[in-house]
Amino acid sequence: MASSQPTPSPPMKAVVEVKGLVKEFDGGAGRRGRGRGGVRAIDGVDLATEEGEYLVLLGPSGCGKTTLLRTIAGLEQPTAGDVLINGNVVTGLPPRARKVAMVFQSYALYPHKTVLANIVFPLRAAGMARPERERKAHWAAELLGIEHLLGRKPRALSGGERQRVALARALVREPHVFLLDEPLSNLDAKLRSSARDELKRFQQEVGTTTIYVTHDQVEAMGLGDRIAVLSNGKVRQVGKPIEVYDDPADTFVATFIGSPPMNLVPREDQLVGFRPEHLLPDAVLAGMADREKIPLAVDRIEYLSGDRHVYGTVTGIGKPTRVVARLPATVDTPISAGETYDFAVARSRLRFFSAETGLRI
Amino acid sequence: MAAVTSYRRRHVASRIGVYLLAILAAFLCAAPFLWSLITAFKQNRDLYNPQNNPFLFNRPATPDHVTYLFQNTAFNSFAWNTLWVGVLVVLVTLALGLPAAYALARLDRPWASWFGVGIFLVYLVPPSLLFLSLSRMVVAWGLQDSTWSLVLVYPTITIPVSVWLLIGFLKAIPKDIEEQAMVDGYSRVGAFLRAVVPLAFPGITAVIVFAFTLTASEFIYALSFVSPTGQKVISTGVPTELVRGDVFFWQSLQAATVVVAVPIALVFNLFLDRFIAGFTQGAVKG
Amino acid sequence: MTAVREAPAGTATGPQPAARRRLADREGALAWLFLMPSVVYIVVLVGVPFVLAVGFALSDVTAGDPSYDFVGLRNFRRVFDDPVFWRSLGNTFIFTGISMVLIVVLGKVLANILIADFKGKWIVRFLVLLPWTTPVTLSSIAWLWMLDSIFSPIDWILRQMGLLGRPGDLLGAGSNMYWLGEPGLAMASVITVHVWRLTPLAAVIMMAGLMAIPRDLDEAARVDGAGYWRRMFEVTVPLVLPVAAVAALFGTIFTFTDMAVVDVLTNGGPNNATQVLTSWAFFRGIDGGDVGQGAAIALFLFPVLLAAAIAILRAVRRMEVG
Repeated sequence: MASSQPTPSPPMKAVVEVKGLVKEFDGGAGRRGRGRGGVRAIDGVDLATEEGEYLVLLGPSGCGKTTLLRTIAGLEQPTAGDVLINGNVVTGLPPRARKVAMVFQSYALYPHKTVLANIVFPLRAAGMARPERERKAHWAAELLGIEHLLGRKPRALSGGERQRVALARALVREPHVFLLDEPLSNLDAKLRSSARDELKRFQQEVGTTTIYVTHDQVEAMGLGDRIAVLSNGKVRQVGKPIEVYDDPADTFVATFIGSPPMNLVPREDQLVGFRPEHLLPDAVLAGMADREKIPLAVDRIEYLSGDRHVYGTVTGIGKPTRVVARLPATVDTPISAGETYDFAVARSRLRFFSAETGLRI
Repeated sequence: MAAVTSYRRRHVASRIGVYLLAILAAFLCAAPFLWSLITAFKQNRDLYNPQNNPFLFNRPATPDHVTYLFQNTAFNSFAWNTLWVGVLVVLVTLALGLPAAYALARLDRPWASWFGVGIFLVYLVPPSLLFLSLSRMVVAWGLQDSTWSLVLVYPTITIPVSVWLLIGFLKAIPKDIEEQAMVDGYSRVGAFLRAVVPLAFPGITAVIVFAFTLTASEFIYALSFVSPTGQKVISTGVPTELVRGDVFFWQSLQAATVVVAVPIALVFNLFLDRFIAGFTQGAVKG
Repeated sequence: MTAVREAPAGTATGPQPAARRRLADREGALAWLFLMPSVVYIVVLVGVPFVLAVGFALSDVTAGDPSYDFVGLRNFRRVFDDPVFWRSLGNTFIFTGISMVLIVVLGKVLANILIADFKGKWIVRFLVLLPWTTPVTLSSIAWLWMLDSIFSPIDWILRQMGLLGRPGDLLGAGSNMYWLGEPGLAMASVITVHVWRLTPLAAVIMMAGLMAIPRDLDEAARVDGAGYWRRMFEVTVPLVLPVAAVAALFGTIFTFTDMAVVDVLTNGGPNNATQVLTSWAFFRGIDGGDVGQGAAIALFLFPVLLAAAIAILRAVRRMEVG
């Protein structure tokens, strides 16, 4: 039955589900039980992945995304709620019983072991026989292009190489789900975009469900099949990148995603939102009947990668507010600081939020 | 569900295991002292009867022997000597050791790592080898039988390890802080005193406690240099003075042990975390 | 007439004379200045006595006749002829060797306990520190009473348990074990006290090592499926080994050079069965007044310590991981 090349078993397209999850940390050391003054890192989260999808948990520092990931892994026990993998409740189980693989921000490679020993470690823990182990390790190393590094120790590797070793170690167990905790944040900015590309191709090839944590919304938009935006321990919105971008569920999502963020203008008890790239000189939108005319008093212009970022104050659509307009290179209407121009936004691009709750109306 | 309960049970079992081990360890370490505490209050007739249960007060407890220690022996002198010797030695250690540690930690000289090794080498020439020559040197300087000889010599024991620990603590302070101070107008020395020392203060206190412990425990030099009763420190005074011929004032001896042991351990425990932090920097990363 | 305008002091126009830079700023000089006091102090009070010790070992100096006469290796020959010296040497090695192994192993276990989180941790730490922080003579006195030939509470417990005191009992018919009077037991007692005293220190040092291991590594091993023992032996122990070596080094130095425990517990007896180099050197050199011989005996401490330290430090360098 032995084949020379191990065929990986069909990728485990597990469904990871989280129900009513709450995680509270004690306020002070040693005080157990219901914390008065405890911190609620996760405040009632319901989430479910789809089979084989790449789900990104996105949010600022302290929003609870890493805690959520660790709770799914089993490194933290929730205060309330359940974690399910493929329909089985795994909440009380330790990490090793859940068949998940995790890649830490620091990669957590065992410094005293060679790359091969690192990759083989989980298989030894699972009691696999030696020939089988080595085959699997070589298969994973080949997939990630690190076969030539197997004899080295982690301290002799570059950041990108270490990341691939960590991925190989995760892959080799054929887990139900990959959990990645900001694995690109330790890389140089230049490396990051190529690493991102490799990561996405890797996941598509292997097909395992992946949950990925990041605070970088550019990364999230580029990598995720769906994005879950978190803040203060709650999920604000879950959806495909284009949904989260075009149809934000509240002002937090609207301003967190997109660079520069969505403009919000207060008007009576509402906030009117429109993205900078939709705020264009009126002449450019001349053909569109259903548009809102907005005078913009320009005070500053930035030139960034061919686009012009025009900063100014709008009136007429609500309270006078400072906004940004992003004009692509194709729009060469002359604009200078200190003048007021007629700008416009297509009405279909306007989004309305309640001023009080921030929720989309 | 069965898997979950079995893991939960194992988890509980291991928690219980930790508690048991902790209690066992604490008991084994502290048993002699606990027993000393009981002994200190026993009457002679109770104590010197091999049939009696040593852990119970078969006759009523008495504080007589404890008061004897404080009123009829030179214990108070011993304690006072240990105290002022300790304080002075710590001061000398800091005065000499802190600048030395700073030099080795900060001023990047190529010979710095050799010095680190050199520090260790000093410990390889122990008091048990040097006491003979040092006792003659002490006599030559006219310090024999004076507690001041101890103040002079003890820093040889405390300085090496204190410098080693201090290097660890100082390295943990970012260079930026001093550089900022120097940009703000202070000299290197000024930056050291005003910016670095206050930040290293927790580490310095840990070193103070450790150095004091070493000083209070030292035996060989104290035994070799100082004979008159009134000049002795605790570590030599107690075993020699409270034993007259073959008669041991056991209860007083045990009381002395407990009276000295508890405060030092209490203070050390307070600074334990800092002490470990220094070791982490020195031993693991240095 | 051209007025020569002198640049006012402190302007940054043009090179400043070297002498102007204050001593407090010159780094090289400062480094030396900071180090010199300690170095001088150590040289005078450690280096000089060491040389003197060597000198004494080669002389006939005694307390009665302090004149210095060079006698070559006569002291060493006398010392080698003395069977007690060899006994002392052997004992020093045995005590140190056995103690060191126990100290490192038990210290590691204790370090793990102290790192764990549980209620009452502070009290446990306090109790566990007592052996190390107490002056060594005092803790030895506490043990002296516990191991007494007549009143030992350990013997009392053994008698109560029926293991001692009557004919046919496991430990004999005598009413006491003579922990300090019987040569084998006396040696065991000395070793026990050394281990009891130094394990807390080793534990504290190793706590530092354990805490320096990034938490990530243990968590990664947990997620990778490794159970407690595999994590311990494949991840924790290898990474703590350098620190354990440092703890071993301290333990070795303190045991090897100790005099107090032996002096208080057994005074070298019974019949020199527990004599060690340091106590024997004291006996000969100060009690006996023969400074030359005392120095010769004590000198044997140095080469062995040096060898041990070099061996351990080399091992540490090899084990360093980036």
